[in-house]
Amino acid sequence: MTVLLDPTSEQSPASRERLARPDRLEGLTVGLLDISKPRGDVFLDRLDERLTQRGIVVKRYMKPTVAKPAPVPLSQQIGMEVNLVIEGLAD
Amino acid sequence: MSKTIPQNGLIAVVKRDCPTCVLAAPVLAELASLEGIVVYTQDDPTFPEEIAGRVDDTGLDISHRLGIEIVPTLIRFQDGKDVGRTYGWDRAEWERISGFQGIGAGLPDSRPGCGAKNVEPGVIERLKVKFGETGLDSRRVSIGDDEDEFEAMFERGWSDGLPVVPPTEERVLRMLSGTSRDPKEVLGLCPPNLIPATVEKIAINAVMAGCKPEYLPVVLAAVEAILDPAFTMHGVLATTMFVGPVLVVNGPIRRQIGMNAKGNALGQGNRANATIGRAVQLVVRNIGGGRPREVDRATLGNPGKYTYCFAEDEEGSCWEPLSTDFGIPRGTSAVTVFAGFGLQGIVDQKSRTPESLARSMAGSLKAIHNPKLYPACDAMMVVCPEHERTFRNAGWSKARLLEELHTLCEMPADPLIAGVDGIAEGLNPKMAGRTVNKFRPEGLMIVRAGGGAGMFSGIIGGWAMPGPAGSLPVCREVKS
Repeated sequence: MTVLLDPTSEQSPASRERLARPDRLEGLTVGLLDISKPRGDVFLDRLDERLTQRGIVVKRYMKPTVAKPAPVPLSQQIGMEVNLVIEGLAD
Repeated sequence: MSKTIPQNGLIAVVKRDCPTCVLAAPVLAELASLEGIVVYTQDDPTFPEEIAGRVDDTGLDISHRLGIEIVPTLIRFQDGKDVGRTYGWDRAEWERISGFQGIGAGLPDSRPGCGAKNVEPGVIERLKVKFGETGLDSRRVSIGDDEDEFEAMFERGWSDGLPVVPPTEERVLRMLSGTSRDPKEVLGLCPPNLIPATVEKIAINAVMAGCKPEYLPVVLAAVEAILDPAFTMHGVLATTMFVGPVLVVNGPIRRQIGMNAKGNALGQGNRANATIGRAVQLVVRNIGGGRPREVDRATLGNPGKYTYCFAEDEEGSCWEPLSTDFGIPRGTSAVTVFAGFGLQGIVDQKSRTPESLARSMAGSLKAIHNPKLYPACDAMMVVCPEHERTFRNAGWSKARLLEELHTLCEMPADPLIAGVDGIAEGLNPKMAGRTVNKFRPEGLMIVRAGGGAGMFSGIIGGWAMPGPAGSLPVCREVKS
């Protein structure tokens, strides 16, 4: 028998259960997060328009750079202010 | 034969392969008749012939438990405790330990001993594993006798696609002998899962990559560099662009470990170049959990994501080494990491003046990513000896060349506007009338490497997120 040393972190990344999707958006606040990718704003502007037309409250956020994860204060702010968040992941 | 170390009396550890042991064998016989002595023999159970009660320690268990480093070693035990020991043959010391005067008449006063077999490389690691003294914390993974260990490692997802060396405890211990750093030391949090990267875990991955122990300090410095937040390893991994860490090694370590800075420096065939870069990639994969088509979202990637590591040819260069651009003095070993990809050749076999060659190089530099994208990225230019000679003969310093290239990479924005030339890609029309530069002011690096023949330099392009908001090149000193 050969004994090897584990080269990994020895922990599968903790997989979190997804939150249940809301039945409808009416009455909820939706966050739109621009991750600073080119043309992400075009997509999010259109969503903003459509959601606002339906009377849904929309709040806009922006990450300072696409290259790094969102700063903790921004993540916390979004968590406190909205019920769900939509972000554009690609340009 | 007894494997119990006597509680009281004299013991000695010897091997036939040691001339001093052979010299001292008659003295051991003298002590045997005067007081009695237990002699352990490391290599040949028939040695020393003069001692009837010699004990076979060719398994080296007793030698290991006694902590023998040199043979012959003479030890006096009293009530189970080591109360005195001496190494080699030294009459005065042997008289002191044994309590008998005038032993070894006719022998020289002293002779140095030889290295003990139990501390030879390969043996010491086996003995530490046998006696549970490795001090290694990592989980042990048992591979069954009928299982192919190479296939088992592929199946566990530990490989970059090529076979990896099985990281046995013995190999990892030997790897760790290449550094004085504590295996438990954490060099940083490894993206994407932000796992503490310990020296031990990095050593395991260095074994798998095929490194020798003496490469480990370079691997550790490179890992420290990629885990510096300024390098943004998470973004470099997660981007859809081509990039991965490119490693450039400077200083005496290059020659000590036999790295290639000359012909085919960026190509295959040199173990240090190949395995150091591979080890860094395996660290991100295995420790950080960064795998292609998972968090690594590269559209194409590039072959350098298996390994991308080379040395600068400092000896042949008229320029200061790359590491000095980061404040590390010449003569100090260092690794610079750059988020780069591939190699775009600069072919110029006719320029004989620095002005012509610089223009030629700038033309190639301006094509990176897309001729209409300004600014594009940071870039590293690898200048070959025959091109460097042209600048050397004209007295152009590296700073001068960088300045000239930066000026030559400045362009009026108008022909670069989106839609111009029938190409939708390009600059925002608001930029019309302005001047733009292909690179940020600190965005170009120059390294000299390559074979003596051929007017072929190269450009290593970078990530479209250069600078403090994206990835900065990072340099770290190599510590022993």
